[in-house]
Amino acid sequence: MPVPILKQSRYLIATIQSALGDADLLRLRDKLVEKVGIERSKGVIVDVTALDVLDSFASRTVRDLAYTIRLRGAETVIVGIQPDVAFAMVQLGITLEGVATALDLEEGLAYLDENTRHGHRAF
Amino acid sequence: MKIAKDQSPDIQEIVSGSTAELLRQLVAHLRQNRTDLREEWARRITQAKLLTAMNDAEIFAEATSVYDNYVEALETGTFEALQAYARNLSERIIPRGVQTDEVVGIVLLLRDVLARSLFAKYQADFNLLNRILDAYEPAANRIANTVAVGFVQERERIIRQQQDAIRELSTPVLQVRERLLILPIIGVMDPQRARQLTEQLLRGIRANRARVVVIDITGVAAIDSHVANHLVQTVEASRLLGATVIVTGLSPEIAQTLVNIGVDLGKMNTVGDLQGGIEEAERLLGYKVVPLTETTAQD
Repeated sequence: MPVPILKQSRYLIATIQSALGDADLLRLRDKLVEKVGIERSKGVIVDVTALDVLDSFASRTVRDLAYTIRLRGAETVIVGIQPDVAFAMVQLGITLEGVATALDLEEGLAYLDENTRHGHRAF
Repeated sequence: MKIAKDQSPDIQEIVSGSTAELLRQLVAHLRQNRTDLREEWARRITQAKLLTAMNDAEIFAEATSVYDNYVEALETGTFEALQAYARNLSERIIPRGVQTDEVVGIVLLLRDVLARSLFAKYQADFNLLNRILDAYEPAANRIANTVAVGFVQERERIIRQQQDAIRELSTPVLQVRERLLILPIIGVMDPQRARQLTEQLLRGIRANRARVVVIDITGVAAIDSHVANHLVQTVEASRLLGATVIVTGLSPEIAQTLVNIGVDLGKMNTVGDLQGGIEEAERLLGYKVVPLTETTAQD
């Protein structure tokens, strides 16, 4: 099931609606990385509220996605990780190091507003 | 012994009786001598310095109730009423500091007092006395057992209840400011409590939409590697929810422990005391606390 990617002014928002297979995740990553350039976005929000599990592959993909997008000149925030999911993740040693996280979409937007305001533009 | 005075004339009737018949006889005897035996028992309780938390009148009142329930249990062979009474009695006397040995002691005393009255009554006929005791002892033992177990169960129930209450009380998640939570931890940290604390905190972060959390462990005396790792996990899990955690009040001992067991301190944001932690949190949230005099001077 493809993940819809919405454009909201300078940001891209990808809301994951249901559990994703590995292939879907990789497709989402490629699409986001590509679209950041096309839309000249300054930030990307990946909303995982609907997920009740984030396994090691998904976590690694999300982390790679954030690193790649940073190289493309934008910030990434993961929002909506559930308390139980968060606890399960740290118990497995998955901490999404170096990736920004926020409580929900609203907080994610606030984070991006704060962190991309003074950021240098491409042109 | 004054209870030994009355010699029953109907001994012959029950020589050939069954256990049930013997018990009936026994119960009749206990009913007949209720006042004397009861007084004797209460006197022995005071003498043995049991139930010191209660006065004589109270002891006598309870002794009467226990005596009647005791006889009834002997008569009917059912222990539900006695069990309920034992629970009820325990509920009343446990808060007054009555100990297990006292309760077991008074029940054994009653058993003793009644047995002596039986010795006195049937001493003429050793055979009959033996058979009476055969009928009496198992029932009496079961009664003593029921009362003691009832008391201990009640005590355990109260202990469990209090443990739950302490657990609930000792880990409050408090909001001090919009987006700022405080989690003061007091007392002993065991793995179970650490886990519960994490769950409560993560839920609190979500419910209060917290961005910064100050965990204050001034009240924690010691920490082991298991709990320390759990603390680090809590910090990391909170970050995944978008909240920054500041740990404050690490005692010298705990700080040493954390270094010795090699906890990755890079992930932990620590500040000396709670005040410093809150100030740091306010800075992160963009608050600035200014004395009232300063603001009015500026106006």
